[in-house]
Amino acid sequence: MTYISNITRPEKDPKVLSTGPSSLAAVDRLGRALGWFSIGLGLAELLAPRPITRALGVQGREDLVRAYGAREIGSGLLSLSLERKAGLWSRVAGNGLDIATLLSAYRPNNPKRDNVRLALLMVIGVSVLDIVGAQGTTIRHARRQDTWRNYRDRSGFPQGLTKARGVAASRSAEKPEKSAMA
Amino acid sequence: MSNASAATSRSARPPIATSTWLRRFSVTQRRAFGYTHLTGGYPGGQAEYVRVPFADATHIKVPDSLTDEQVLFLGDIFPTGWQAAAQCEIEPTDTVAVWGCGPVGQMTIRSAILLGAKQVVAIDYLPERLSMAEAAGAITINFEEESVIERLNQLTSGKGPEKCIDAIGLESHVTFSKPDTIYDRAKQMFMLESDRPHVLREMIYVCRPAGVISIPGVYGGLVDKIPMGVAMNKGLTFRMGQTHVNRWTDDLLRRIENGEIDPSFVITHTVGLEKGPEMYKVFRDKQDSCVKVVLKP
Repeated sequence: MTYISNITRPEKDPKVLSTGPSSLAAVDRLGRALGWFSIGLGLAELLAPRPITRALGVQGREDLVRAYGAREIGSGLLSLSLERKAGLWSRVAGNGLDIATLLSAYRPNNPKRDNVRLALLMVIGVSVLDIVGAQGTTIRHARRQDTWRNYRDRSGFPQGLTKARGVAASRSAEKPEKSAMA
Repeated sequence: MSNASAATSRSARPPIATSTWLRRFSVTQRRAFGYTHLTGGYPGGQAEYVRVPFADATHIKVPDSLTDEQVLFLGDIFPTGWQAAAQCEIEPTDTVAVWGCGPVGQMTIRSAILLGAKQVVAIDYLPERLSMAEAAGAITINFEEESVIERLNQLTSGKGPEKCIDAIGLESHVTFSKPDTIYDRAKQMFMLESDRPHVLREMIYVCRPAGVISIPGVYGGLVDKIPMGVAMNKGLTFRMGQTHVNRWTDDLLRRIENGEIDPSFVITHTVGLEKGPEMYKVFRDKQDSCVKVVLKP
């Protein structure tokens, strides 16, 4: 980012030499990594569904794989946006769908049964990461509803509210324009 | 720099435009720190050192009797709140409704009180911010708990507020209780809309005919489903724009000196510069009752 920021700056502008600490926690980085992974996987499913169906022994279900690819890309974009929480939870839900679909392909008569088992293990592994990421993101960015500070003692009027009411109304608020423009 | 000594100059402002038209229209439209090249391309000032171009025209002399915290907000949010209220041309019989009780909203509420509004109504959903608005004498509406339009109509005998101020802008809170915000958020995701103008819609619906809609809240691009027919047939006046900071600072500094207002009330967190990134997160996530953070290098 520093590099991009520097090349977009005009020639005589100061350059960024080093940056301070990031506000991203490990869970934010995990969320971002899962977002990119989701986009990568989604593109593969969308653009090359045939090798995937062949590897899993479910030829003829290319349209379903393409649809799952579109879903993955949507979740990935969400996970990289401000709505990361929604994106990661949508990945968790999507993983459930993937697992259900893979289980339906895990039949004794499927010659690629071993590949399906491997795919199932991978999806379960990524699901664990997704749940950790989604839960961590939810907790880290949550606002505690039960405790809030009461600022009723902060009127901002040193002489009190009663005296403040309309104190500027007697002089036109537009007046300063004249002095500023003079 | 000759107009003010460095020792006494603590508030930096962008330089003033020189032609008559620029004076009237774009004092800060073309000159703002920390914005885009559309507004001059001046980097922001949250750093240990700040480059201040045209310092002769951008500084004010701060009296020793005032603290940094008292004058700090003369550089942005206080004039922004003041301009938002001033451009409404508030009458003593007016109800002024302010959407958003963030730092700019808080300054707007107090400006409307100083300018003599009959009643000021503050709209938000965060209890700490509503309590701060209440401290300044505002009637509060928590939009998560009650209908904004019904309550405003109740407070104005069914006529609506004369003056409506949008201190939120393009990032309206997204909630299922306001379905249009969900619609806007979905459109944003598909890049079909850049801003979420829920407040703008609500103001147009509820504002009294011939009323004024003032928009200090920042909008950045395209908005959708704005009820222009209602706005046109109600004869509403729209006032908006980046803050003309230089236009207001001398007057507002005098008001701080006179004890009419002390803008430091809004500071809820003071931290070192190194904690800046973390505090951005705290502010964005509305955690720890955060309203305004001051960074001290």
